[in-house]
Amino acid sequence: MTGAEVLFFVLAALSTASSLLVIFQRNVVRSAMALVLTLFLIAVLFLTLEAPMVGVLQILVYAGAIMVLFLFVIMLLSPTLLERRQRFWWRFGSLTVFILLLEFVFLVSSTSRRGTQTASLSASFGSPELLAQTLFTEFVLPFEIASVLLLVAIIGAVVLAKREA
Amino acid sequence: MIVDLGIIAAKALLVLFMVLNLAGVLGWIERKGSALIQDRIGANRASVFGFAGLGLVNTLIADPIKFLTKEDFVPPGGDKLLHTLAPCLALFPPLVTFAVIPFGDVLMVGDRAINLQVANLNVGILYIFAMASLSVYGIVIGAWASDNKFALLGGVRGSAQMISYEIAMGLSIMGVLMVYGTLDLQEIARAQGSLLWGWLPVWGIFLQPVGFLLFFTAAIAETKRIPFDVPEAESELVAGYHVEYSGGKFLMFFAGEFAEIVTVAGITTTLFFGGWQVPFLMRDGFHFPWGGTLLLPHLAVVILQVGAFTLKVVFFCWLQILIRWSLPRFRYDQVMRLGWKMLLPLALANVAVTAVLIVGLQKVL
Repeated sequence: MTGAEVLFFVLAALSTASSLLVIFQRNVVRSAMALVLTLFLIAVLFLTLEAPMVGVLQILVYAGAIMVLFLFVIMLLSPTLLERRQRFWWRFGSLTVFILLLEFVFLVSSTSRRGTQTASLSASFGSPELLAQTLFTEFVLPFEIASVLLLVAIIGAVVLAKREA
Repeated sequence: MIVDLGIIAAKALLVLFMVLNLAGVLGWIERKGSALIQDRIGANRASVFGFAGLGLVNTLIADPIKFLTKEDFVPPGGDKLLHTLAPCLALFPPLVTFAVIPFGDVLMVGDRAINLQVANLNVGILYIFAMASLSVYGIVIGAWASDNKFALLGGVRGSAQMISYEIAMGLSIMGVLMVYGTLDLQEIARAQGSLLWGWLPVWGIFLQPVGFLLFFTAAIAETKRIPFDVPEAESELVAGYHVEYSGGKFLMFFAGEFAEIVTVAGITTTLFFGGWQVPFLMRDGFHFPWGGTLLLPHLAVVILQVGAFTLKVVFFCWLQILIRWSLPRFRYDQVMRLGWKMLLPLALANVAVTAVLIVGLQKVL
């Protein structure tokens, strides 16, 4: 195994373990922190895949901003321990996981039969310049639509907050 | 291979060592400096055999001994694991941020070129902001795990303040990125070596004065020090988010704050004050605009650059301490108003004006 492979397996094992911790941890704040750790480890995985931009944005947006708001809400509402999960949801969840697992196995087996296709990366792969160029030329319309959507969400949040007060 | 790894490890250790030590020295400078500003004598009790003259050395030894021998108390209703984790989360981001800050140009040893920067990321600035966004967790988790209402209030205040000022800070440096056209900090530092009109170094401060003021204000707010220390606010919240901390864990919060000061100084130097650039110093020596040249050996140039970077960083550390002991604390609503209603619109206006100027100058030239 090369160094990169060792790194990948260590990171993959750690992120799987921490994401399992997210769902098996009863304490909400600890569960949220485990999710932060998972997102952080996945960002490191992106770094090892020559995509520093995606990795850094993953930390900046998910681990650094969205999870902080999660914690903010948890702290303000302060639920200490979750109640025991109801039987129906437990069964529903297990069934979903089982189906997804089957799909995953099918996907993995079908790709390995086809053989893996490899191509060398271009030197500017994952660079901010390339990303910006694609975003502002080819995908400029979806980009603008997404920003309008976010603006609507912000205005909606302000309206809701004003009505409360 | 082994040599390369060794060089990387040596650079990482050197930077870590320098930042931690500067943070420790700042702990003493802050006490002595505040005494100077308030016309007191300041820390003079840590003496060895009655000799307090070596105040710095004595305090540097006495402080850790004092902190580490104190009782480490965890509130009975608190969360022991998270209570221990929080100070680590507070100390981690400022220490790793320095990895992308270049402290010199390229050092040539034989035919091996060593880039004087621990990690050369092409998204260096985004990395800094990613780490800054992680530093919220130290406060939030510490506050929550303490099972204390004052601490929780401090934590809520701190997280809201840091998220708000992150936005203003991110927008304030957008102008710098537009001017130099890169996210790579080493490239930004190199770009600041060229001259405008043949004599003025194109440092960020000359091209983006408004950006500098906005960035420095927002960065001080991110370090949560006076005038922005509402998460601590000892007259309202006792000590805010770290009220339930003692001993070694408190020392880590304390060291984290000083490491943040050093990091802010490093980023300010790199973005706005030329990084390791010395005015008119090129790779082979000084080229003065009035005609003289002074050729220097390579090693002397590198030492001058690293020295200049260190000097600038120390200056900005001192400036932050000066600001902390000169200004009164804002009220919480004032902090929020300043961030959202003053800094954010000004930063947006700065981006717009910079964009118009850049496009306009390109059309003219």
